Amino acid sequence: MDAASDIAHEAQHHHGPASGLSRWVFTTNHKDIGTLYMWFSFLMFLTGGSMALVIRAELFQPGLQLVDPGFFNQMTTMHGLIMVFGAVMPAFVGLANWLIPMMVGAPDMALPRMNNLSFWILPFAFTMLLMTLFMDGGAPNFGWTFYAPLSTQYAPPTVNYFIFGVHLMGISSIMGAINVIATIFNMRAPGMTLMKMPLFVWTWLITAFLLLAAMPVLACVVTMMLFDINFGTSFFNAAGGGDPVLFQHLFWFFGHPEVYIMILPAFGIVSQIIPTFSRKPLFGYASMVYATASIALLSFIVWAHHMFTVGMPLAGELFFMYATMLIAVPTGVKVFNWISTMFRGSLTFETPMLFAIAFIVLFTIGGFSGLMLAISPADFQYHDTYFVVAHFHYVLVPGAVFAIIAAVYYWLPKWCGRMYDERLGKIHFWWSFIGLNLTFFPMHFIGLAGMPRRIPDYALQFADFNMLASIGGFVFGFAQVFFLFIVIRCITSGEKAAANPWEGAEGLEWTLPSPAPYHSFGTPPKID
Amino acid sequence: MDTSVCRWLNAPLSRLLQAALVLSLLPQDAAAEIPLNMPVGVTDISRSVYDLHMTIFWICVAIAVVVFGVMFWSIIHHRKSKGAKAAHFHENTVVEIIWTLIPMAILIAMAIPATATLVKMYDTSDAEVDIQVTGYQWKWHYKYLDQDVEFFSNLSTPREQIENTAEKSEHYLLEVDNALVIPTGKKVRFLITSNDVIHSWWVPHLAVKKDAIPGFINESWAIVNEPGVYRGQCAELCGKDHGFMPIVVDARSPEDYQQWLLAKQEEKEQQAQQAAAATARTWTHEELMAEGEKVYARACAACHQPSGAGMPPVFPSLIKSPITTGDINAHIDIVVRGKPGTAMQAFGNQLTPAEVAAVVTYERNAWGNDTGDTVTPTDVQEHNAQ
Amino acid sequence: MSQQHYYVPEQSHWPIVAAVSLFLLAAGTAHALIHGQSLLLLIGLVGVIYLFVGWFSTVVKENQEGLLNDPQVDRSFRLGMSWFIFSEVMFFAALFGALFYVRHLAVPWLAGEGDKPMNVLLWPEFINSWPVMNPPDTQLFQGPTTTVDPWHLPLLNTLLLVTSSITLTFAHHALKHEKRITAINWMLATIALGIAFLFVQAYEYYEAYTHLGLTLHAGIYGGTFFILTGFHGMHVTLGTIILIVITGRLMRGHFSPQRHFGFEASAWYWHFVDVVWLGLFIFVYVL
Ligand code: HEA
Ligand code: HEA
Ligand code: HEC
Ligand code: CUA
Ligand SMILES: [Cu+2]
Repeated sequence: MDAASDIAHEAQHHHGPASGLSRWVFTTNHKDIGTLYMWFSFLMFLTGGSMALVIRAELFQPGLQLVDPGFFNQMTTMHGLIMVFGAVMPAFVGLANWLIPMMVGAPDMALPRMNNLSFWILPFAFTMLLMTLFMDGGAPNFGWTFYAPLSTQYAPPTVNYFIFGVHLMGISSIMGAINVIATIFNMRAPGMTLMKMPLFVWTWLITAFLLLAAMPVLACVVTMMLFDINFGTSFFNAAGGGDPVLFQHLFWFFGHPEVYIMILPAFGIVSQIIPTFSRKPLFGYASMVYATASIALLSFIVWAHHMFTVGMPLAGELFFMYATMLIAVPTGVKVFNWISTMFRGSLTFETPMLFAIAFIVLFTIGGFSGLMLAISPADFQYHDTYFVVAHFHYVLVPGAVFAIIAAVYYWLPKWCGRMYDERLGKIHFWWSFIGLNLTFFPMHFIGLAGMPRRIPDYALQFADFNMLASIGGFVFGFAQVFFLFIVIRCITSGEKAAANPWEGAEGLEWTLPSPAPYHSFGTPPKID
Repeated sequence: MDTSVCRWLNAPLSRLLQAALVLSLLPQDAAAEIPLNMPVGVTDISRSVYDLHMTIFWICVAIAVVVFGVMFWSIIHHRKSKGAKAAHFHENTVVEIIWTLIPMAILIAMAIPATATLVKMYDTSDAEVDIQVTGYQWKWHYKYLDQDVEFFSNLSTPREQIENTAEKSEHYLLEVDNALVIPTGKKVRFLITSNDVIHSWWVPHLAVKKDAIPGFINESWAIVNEPGVYRGQCAELCGKDHGFMPIVVDARSPEDYQQWLLAKQEEKEQQAQQAAAATARTWTHEELMAEGEKVYARACAACHQPSGAGMPPVFPSLIKSPITTGDINAHIDIVVRGKPGTAMQAFGNQLTPAEVAAVVTYERNAWGNDTGDTVTPTDVQEHNAQ
Repeated sequence: MSQQHYYVPEQSHWPIVAAVSLFLLAAGTAHALIHGQSLLLLIGLVGVIYLFVGWFSTVVKENQEGLLNDPQVDRSFRLGMSWFIFSEVMFFAALFGALFYVRHLAVPWLAGEGDKPMNVLLWPEFINSWPVMNPPDTQLFQGPTTTVDPWHLPLLNTLLLVTSSITLTFAHHALKHEKRITAINWMLATIALGIAFLFVQAYEYYEAYTHLGLTLHAGIYGGTFFILTGFHGMHVTLGTIILIVITGRLMRGHFSPQRHFGFEASAWYWHFVDVVWLGLFIFVYVL
């Protein structure tokens, strides 16, 4: 289709962006909103990352040096919350906003005004959460999993702010998910059948369903906390006939789907990038879709693998162990498909591809440790140690975060019409890659050797690896500040990018000029 | 995979890794003791768990070798710079089915030994010794159910070591005042619960980790084969001092264990006598203050801080507080009975009447509270009797 | 699919008003819970009301101007509303899940039954029964003295709500057959039934607190009872308000027999609330 005529046509109907602050505050444009999400996410990434660096600095040596144990717990909690809800999830929603309408040939998201609200709730919610750091009693200090009764009867009063903060994030996510579903079901260009949609769109569709089913349960559990704390109920208090473990069941019914919410869009991104730089169509498109759907379905029946040590009956223990192990099968299908796509391709290794390849390798390592955790009797030894911390950082950092970074490099030319500096990108990649493995690989060893997580001080035999991990954390952290520099340089002074800067890229978004016009497909393109 | 093969493979691997680390990064002497892997442990169960762990580990390694092998082969041979032309295949139902079924089979092979081990772990019947383990913020309480023995177990690492003003000892943070003593060769059942928040009782060498849930009792068990001292830690975030509530299990031969029990019972009687004597005797204000300061540092300072200022609003300040400067009975009451549903636990069964009297006296006069009150052990006893 | 332009609204200040008011409401409520009162909360409340009135009037206006008169836009709204209701279903599903968990697992375990026989050490007096009349620690939590008889007020309420769903359907039919007055009458009946339900519910709560000893702090039975019926009650309240607004719009002639999505959306919501009640009636009151 002809993009230029499309834009001329556009101009008669719509104006370009408004100027100044009001463009961003009042906008209904999916690209503006996507941009807002991306910047917000990056800001949160640095905030949460700085907290991780506080943790790593304290753990550099045994003994208490920098912070007291109470504050350490606040850091752990806020780091987890901010990274999960503030960095990774908004980044994916930002990508969805930028890309889904362009990929399915739509003029915008289905519900543009609500889209703006979904975003603008977030800065307020996180301001509220961060404000608690300066209040009486300090910020939440009960871990991002906030198990009752530590988070109810024994919590600082600021837990009330935390609860409402979670409610706000939940509202934002649910509205975002509704918008994605409505866009994908209703806004596809003629001829764009479901099984022709790019995989990123598919993975996001499935993620949106996960969000819709999981977030309300989170809302429910924090509401029950609110009642226990303020109105004298005893949901999580055995003295009144409740059960603290009930909290965990509800939390993880949300929590496990949540971790797939943070990885499925990443799978989608990698499934876009690998074919491009292999110059070969994605292997097994249909099986990729089915695998993603199976992962999503299974994710609702595995939650109690986080609770193997709470004293569940044997039958429950076995059920959740088997169900969890099963997830390796569809995930394996995805990994095999990516590799088959690369096999006999014509590979080049631009920065997005480097991050995508690292994703496959390191995510798989994280998946393997996940599988080990799934073996219930062995999990008795791993649970709540740094082995778990190693597992989830391997799936989250080189998993989710690398995929996001890869996506930024890959689509940045489309967003701002300029190329990043390939040499700097490669430096960023290797710097991150080394820093990351230095940080998180040793955690496997200290975990197996018996170091519990969430402790500010540790026995002497863990000292050396902790020191390594701390050094790695700083190395990795500063690499991300460098990334910020690369992005800003690209936006301000990068070389002009062609409509399709990648030799092998396919998809509707590449038919638009770079930078993509403010309103993309006013009249839907025709897909054969 | 044959499990003995696993152990055989593992030894060189960890030595290799250690060697690499020694050479590259670490001071030579420290590296020798750096543990890299899960301990094999000292119970049959812990051995099966270790074997399971190694089996899965090696299966994963094998899969990784194959998968990454193909990937790196492609990266090396199918690069554009080497003139590789892209093929166009993008579907093959047969291979898709194969690589669904093979992982399936591998998983089933893993699930069978895992199930067997788990079933064994869950069989808590026919225990010879029952010990109730209760988590407190931040210490453990052990009660031998059919013996008349119970005690608290606190971290014994001195504050100075934690604050880096003294050399750290060998078992830094993994040492306690009263270890849990158990007999070897006998099935010991642990009945694990908590007095406040969730803790988790974990001793790696026994492969026992069970959450201590307030209001519920979880069961676990171990038959320890070798006498020795085995150290663990609380494994569930339980508040500020979660990192400071270690577990020490001292496994002794059944004879030594019996002796220890007897000694413990004697000690208990002695302590009761001492406590009675301390209650009966008259204390001067100064004596109470001196004793109170000690008790306070040991039992109360973790929350209310050595300065008495607490960490409001969660841990209240005791300086000029309505209770520490108000009604004496209310003060004794909150120390003896605690305040249910808050971190303020009942100290009535942790401290003797004399100690309660001393700490209450201390609190009422320290930090400028200056009430001038003297609370005697008899006052406390009378209060308890009510 | 339509070749015409999908309606993408111009810049709007409503979202940011919404974000700010929701923030004030949330922060204000938290502040009030900690400090006993909060001005923020009040401002937030006013803001939220302003927001709903304003945002919805805008949409209604757009609708009247025919901007939304496009089958594709209509589908977006339908998708939006149905998946919103789905998320509500999940919220109630979680509450019901919690109820089943305590009834069938936690309470028996506390009494030393099933997989946790040793629990008798902790609560030797406690017996497994539902409703829990004597919680494990009767010093901290005094149980209720009597339970609610399902065959009095709850049965009445069931009848009220089921009837209201039927009258609502009649209203819809009338609307479709261009009988606006009949539709309005049926709507008024529906609203009356909804309000009657709320009154009965309020009376039941009053009874529970004054005569049955059934309160929020009466242990787990009180907790599950009030959280389930309470959230349902909130939904009925909201639903009633929506119905009132819709009836107002009906009176002003906003709906045509063919196009009346606002009406349908509120009807979906009301039926959903009704179905939840049937679940409540069975699982909270009867069983
Ligand atoms: C992006 C996030 C993400 C992802 C994708 C995963 C993926 C998986 N996770 Fe992980 N997990 C977390 C995030 C994630 N996890 C977090 C945040 C926690 C900690 C929460 C907390 O307590 O704070 C956690 C904790 C956690 C636990 C609890 C540990 C404990 O606390 O004791 C368990 C236990 O079963 C587990 C298992 C798994 C499994 C089996 C997978 C599987 O999906 C992995 C599947 C992938 C593979 C297996 C690799 C590829 C497959 C092949 C190459 C095929 C062939 C393979 C075989 C046949 C073996 N995870
Ligand atoms: C997506 C999620 C995500 C991400 C990206 C990360 C990233 C990192 N995480 Fe963490 N982490 C979690 C999710 C995540 N984490 C979760 C869920 C937990 C569990 C929490 C809990 O137990 O409740 C956890 C817990 C956790 C722990 C365990 C804490 C404990 O148990 O006590 C540790 C310890 O090392 C750690 C470290 C790190 C490090 C070093 C990084 C690095 O990748 C960070 C990189 C650093 C930066 C990006 C900072 C860069 C900034 C600067 C250099 C300063 C410049 C500043 C400005 C310009 C303002 N994380
Ligand atoms: C694990 C934490 C913890 C420990 C240890 C602890 N306390 Fe407390 N204490 C609390 C908390 C929490 C409160 C507040 C209870 C409430 O909500 O009223 C409290 C309240 C008090 C009060 C009432 C203060 C007031 O004016 O409200 C006194 C007196 C007191 N403690 C004395 C002691 C003494 C004496 C010891 C040691 C023998 C001790 N506490 C050990 C946590 C602790
Ligand atoms: Cu007790 Cu952690
Ligand atoms: Cu999980």
